[in-house]
Amino acid sequence: MATMIFETLIAKKKAAIIKKWFGEVVDSYPADTSKFLKKQKDPFSNPVGQTTLHGLEAIYDELFKGMDREIIISFLDPIIRIRAIQNFTPSQATGFTFALKKIIDDQLKKEILSKQYTAQFSQLRTRIDELGLIAFDIYMSCREKVLQLKANEARNQTYSAFKRAGLIVEPGDSRAGE
Amino acid sequence: MSDELLKPDELFAKIDHRPPKTDWMSTPVQIRKGMYCYASNYKSVEYLGLPNARPWNPLDDDWKLPENWQEIIHQGFKERLEKFRSFKIFMDICVRCGACADKCHFFIGTGDPKNMPVIRAELLRSVYRNDFTRMGKILGKIGGARPMGLDVLKEWWYYMFQCTECRRCSVFCPYGIDTAEITIMGRELLNLIGLNIDWIATPVANCYRTGNHLGIQPHAFKGMLDFFVEDVEDLSGINVEPVYNKKGADILFITPSGDVFADPGTYTCMGYLILFHYLKEKYGLDITWSTYASEGGNFGFFTSHETMKRLNAKMYMEAKRLGVKWILGGECGHMWRVINQYMDTVNGPADFLEEPVSPITGTKFENAKSTKMVHIAEFTADLIKHDKLDLDPGRNDNLKVTYHDSCNPARGMGLLEEPRYIIKKVCNNFYEMPANTIREQTFCCGGGAGLNAGEDMELRMAGGLPRANAVKYVHDKYGVNVLSCICAVDRAVFPALMEYWVPEVEVYGMHELVANALILPGEKRTTDLRGEPLPGMEDKADE
Repeated sequence: MATMIFETLIAKKKAAIIKKWFGEVVDSYPADTSKFLKKQKDPFSNPVGQTTLHGLEAIYDELFKGMDREIIISFLDPIIRIRAIQNFTPSQATGFTFALKKIIDDQLKKEILSKQYTAQFSQLRTRIDELGLIAFDIYMSCREKVLQLKANEARNQTYSAFKRAGLIVEPGDSRAGE
Repeated sequence: MSDELLKPDELFAKIDHRPPKTDWMSTPVQIRKGMYCYASNYKSVEYLGLPNARPWNPLDDDWKLPENWQEIIHQGFKERLEKFRSFKIFMDICVRCGACADKCHFFIGTGDPKNMPVIRAELLRSVYRNDFTRMGKILGKIGGARPMGLDVLKEWWYYMFQCTECRRCSVFCPYGIDTAEITIMGRELLNLIGLNIDWIATPVANCYRTGNHLGIQPHAFKGMLDFFVEDVEDLSGINVEPVYNKKGADILFITPSGDVFADPGTYTCMGYLILFHYLKEKYGLDITWSTYASEGGNFGFFTSHETMKRLNAKMYMEAKRLGVKWILGGECGHMWRVINQYMDTVNGPADFLEEPVSPITGTKFENAKSTKMVHIAEFTADLIKHDKLDLDPGRNDNLKVTYHDSCNPARGMGLLEEPRYIIKKVCNNFYEMPANTIREQTFCCGGGAGLNAGEDMELRMAGGLPRANAVKYVHDKYGVNVLSCICAVDRAVFPALMEYWVPEVEVYGMHELVANALILPGEKRTTDLRGEPLPGMEDKADE
């Protein structure tokens, strides 16, 4: 019964919590940018803001459902993928996940103090920690991808230069043996 | 990623992740790795006879500038204000309404307010006000003016090379200010004291010396095309026999050299060879390649007007030397902006050439009446319209295609319908991206104007985000697996961009799609140009 009520509670508070959480993420950008990210609702004119907002909403829901890793990744990846190439340190890029703890503490202060949902809040904190770790995994894979792209381009250029100069003949190449 | 890795105690002290609240003018520039391109190689600068050739590094405090660099910039600014009326107007009339602010792909992707076109222009305007207006001199910072200093110069350099001159912002400016032209001027001024990037300077020097950005010498250029001829023969049994440097040919064909050496542009190049062979066999098309004018692109355009003129002239000199009637140009972006917008006044009119007429359909290419250079999209669309090509679009049925309007052909010459007409005739599955990301409002690939180096990958990924985001949308909604385009820089930039943002999507040039669908008389073809089985030929392709 308590679980049911808890779910209703977090659903009721969702709009307020998401607003704060989204604000926390976009306020990591300079003020002029943050204003734009909040205001522009078109997902093609504002991919950063809208991807972030929709991602956070879906992640919030999943935190209170099954905490399915694949679902979490599908919404967290697009957010982290953006932040991994922007001007953020690793902690700045991923830290917004942990910010949710404080937001929930503030928004549900009364309920937490009532100790009615101790188990649920404890589980939630653990899940937010997990979320942070998933964010770090995604962040690292994005950084590795960027470095791999750089390495590939450098390699391809060198390879092409050699090939152009006639220094490379691959096995099976019709020009082999000429 | 930022370079600033903090120690634990510093991390706790700075746990507030909010950026400084200072306005843009009071926020000092931070030159970040991944966001800038390497400095120009002094040998390239020297070869071109451009000023202040020396090794330098943007991360060093000392940029090894001439002692009187401030005077050089001031004089250069003054000369350009007098010479280019548009520049003077653009400096004066902006009311900072902000209509352009959120239209730049670099602003959208990086979130850096200095990438708002209005602020990028303010970088120059602030110095303009200080140096050339009375109000600026009196009011100083309150009036948006500031004196030129080393910090301002570094900011200029950093942000002038975070603009691809794509002109999307100018579409939205109620005054018609072309912020790309401000970047062009900014880069020109920087070049006066030797502050170029190497991805521009060395291709320019190569082009000036050898005829193309990559420095491929004439015999090697022919060798590269011969490889493609062999590849086409392997997959179709047809020898496409291109003609080189033929004096008295009807048409000279010039395309960006990028398509000669890097995938997937190479397939587009094979597409040209196949199309020209078909037209030669069927209609007697008399077209020649040149191993000297072997570059359609013009990175001089990203350096200075004079450098652009020098490189552009080479193509027309070659057309004159060969005695052709007119020039056909391949799939390229900025090459067409140079031709369409600048060629006539910098090197034209090309009176020694004829007004272009298709030898096959008799169509007069009115758009190229003065420049004498026809875009291949117009040429091919006209052939299809007159039913001159034997096409089987079913051979592209494994592809679900969307089309990226390359910035310069779209906004620089209004080439919007022809590519779509062609693609729809050679592919059965075509899907448009959302309306505010295509045609005049197209988002840049993020690597134009000389920014498609490897070292600025973060910048490219951020700048390309709005485009990739729209591609992702049609990929998720319709299963699009091909991003087609008509620009060699796009073909160089998009594969990495797609790999990061939408890895399931591959990049195709338009004439690769045309050549896949084109039925050559006598061909034995079971695969497409990439060696993949044609739809329905899966069994035969394995044999």
